[in-house]
Amino acid sequence: MKVRIHVSLKPGVLDPQGRAVHHALEGMGFAGIADVRVGRLIELNVADDTSDEALDGMCRRLLANMVIENYRIEKPAALAGATG
Amino acid sequence: MRLAVITFPGSNCDRDLAVALEKVSGTPPIRVWHGDADLPDRLDLVALPGGFSYGDYLRSGAMAANSPIMRGVKAAAERGVPVLGVCNGFQVLTEAGLLPGALMRNAGQTFICRTVPLKVENSQSLFTAGYATGQVIRIPVAHHDGNYFADEATLDRLEGEGRVAFRYEQTCNGSRRDIAGILNEAGNVLGMMPHPERAIEADHGGTDGRALFESALRGLVGV
Repeated sequence: MKVRIHVSLKPGVLDPQGRAVHHALEGMGFAGIADVRVGRLIELNVADDTSDEALDGMCRRLLANMVIENYRIEKPAALAGATG
Repeated sequence: MRLAVITFPGSNCDRDLAVALEKVSGTPPIRVWHGDADLPDRLDLVALPGGFSYGDYLRSGAMAANSPIMRGVKAAAERGVPVLGVCNGFQVLTEAGLLPGALMRNAGQTFICRTVPLKVENSQSLFTAGYATGQVIRIPVAHHDGNYFADEATLDRLEGEGRVAFRYEQTCNGSRRDIAGILNEAGNVLGMMPHPERAIEADHGGTDGRALFESALRGLVGV
């Protein structure tokens, strides 16, 4: 099954990359942008019986740095719904 | 004296670090590959060099922190063996959980490569005993991800316990409280973004880094 891991900076952690992108968008003339945060999307193709616990372990031990980042696991049901 | 320098794929300051350790100790360090299952036994010091391990993929130091050799490095650190992480080595130590916090992209987004003044905040540790508290030394930095982050409680604890080893004299990369280097709770693990191994002889343009290696080695032989 395909699983998507969304990794984002925790609220309150300054995002220099997001700030630079925000600045660039405003420089291009796009108005009304309150904030920009840049994250990371990781797609895994894993065995169907992969447990939530195992996925959590992957996120906590490598894919996200829990000091500065949060993660969200998107499972197949949600993905199937998204792709119709 | 048994010293070790770890090399990860993408390390590029491992030789510099080995040369610095050899110049000061008179003994060439054992070069250890990241894929080795164990560290050599009876080590007196382990050093993790700068560079771009695994191309900084995912996060700087994240992959290297899970290398086979890091189990041995963690065990050695817990036994009290001195561990020094410079630049990417510091990033690896935070990712491995041997030091608190994280090193993020520099606030200004740019790679910073220049010699900076550092204030020695703690001169009581094995690595910093060759300096005086409050002394300002000049050491080169060369990094893209040196912006030290930890939550306020962790920062307060680091300051309260005297675990901030070095601080940038002038704001450098956006680091919280201008922190350039920190110690673990026991004081045997030091991580720092600046490169002391690049300031050990006059030809380097400065020798302020030499005292760090000298004091560590003096401490090891118990003089």
